[in-house]
Amino acid sequence: MTIFIPTPLRPYAGGKDSVEVSATTIAGALAELTAAHPELRKHLFNAEGKLRAFVNVYLNDEDVRYLPAKEATEVSAADTLSIIPSIAGGTGN
Amino acid sequence: MSVLRMTRAVFEAIRAHGEETYPHECCGALLGTSTDAGWAIASWGQAGNTRTDSAHNRYQIAPLELVKIEREARRQGLGIAGFYHSHPDHPAHWSTTDLEEAHWLGCAYVITAVAAGKATVTNSFLLAGSSEEDKRFEQQAIDVEEPG
Repeated sequence: MTIFIPTPLRPYAGGKDSVEVSATTIAGALAELTAAHPELRKHLFNAEGKLRAFVNVYLNDEDVRYLPAKEATEVSAADTLSIIPSIAGGTGN
Repeated sequence: MSVLRMTRAVFEAIRAHGEETYPHECCGALLGTSTDAGWAIASWGQAGNTRTDSAHNRYQIAPLELVKIEREARRQGLGIAGFYHSHPDHPAHWSTTDLEEAHWLGCAYVITAVAAGKATVTNSFLLAGSSEEDKRFEQQAIDVEEPG
């Protein structure tokens, strides 16, 4: 499957905008990604090894957090995984 | 000071978006290419503000909308270079909320002040640093490229 790397994380993925992995689950795909590019790990995961709160991961058009099997969801070669840090802000006033 | 290059069409479009959504905040993505001199913005993608509970002072872009914007950018040979939003009746300067919720290191965050429905100042801030722990906003000059 293809994992799309967002702009801010490309420097930690050898400058690539996408990485091909052969894992069969989402968790496996992320593990394969961070094994190949260890510097990505701290940007994606917290100290407990869970995805950071502001990191969204989409399997095709589905938020992984809301999939029944979450990161244990099986994937195929045709699937895509998008890593999307959250976008928010405002004056707050 | 770093420079954010942007076509006149994009510059005017993101300011107009802020006027359209006033008194609510607008938001969207800036699409461009990375050059030695920084990002060159060639297109933009309007996004909906999901913070309908507090749209006058907060914005949030649905991640799925970003997935689709990035897909379209990729098709055009562009990447997500940053984001824009408006500050209705508030200066064009980043807020504490803006910094806390900014996670796209190396990208531009463009803010347009909209006073009484009219776009006034537009500023750009580069999210500098290498991690969540040392991230900071640094003001950039905006170089608007005239058509021709």
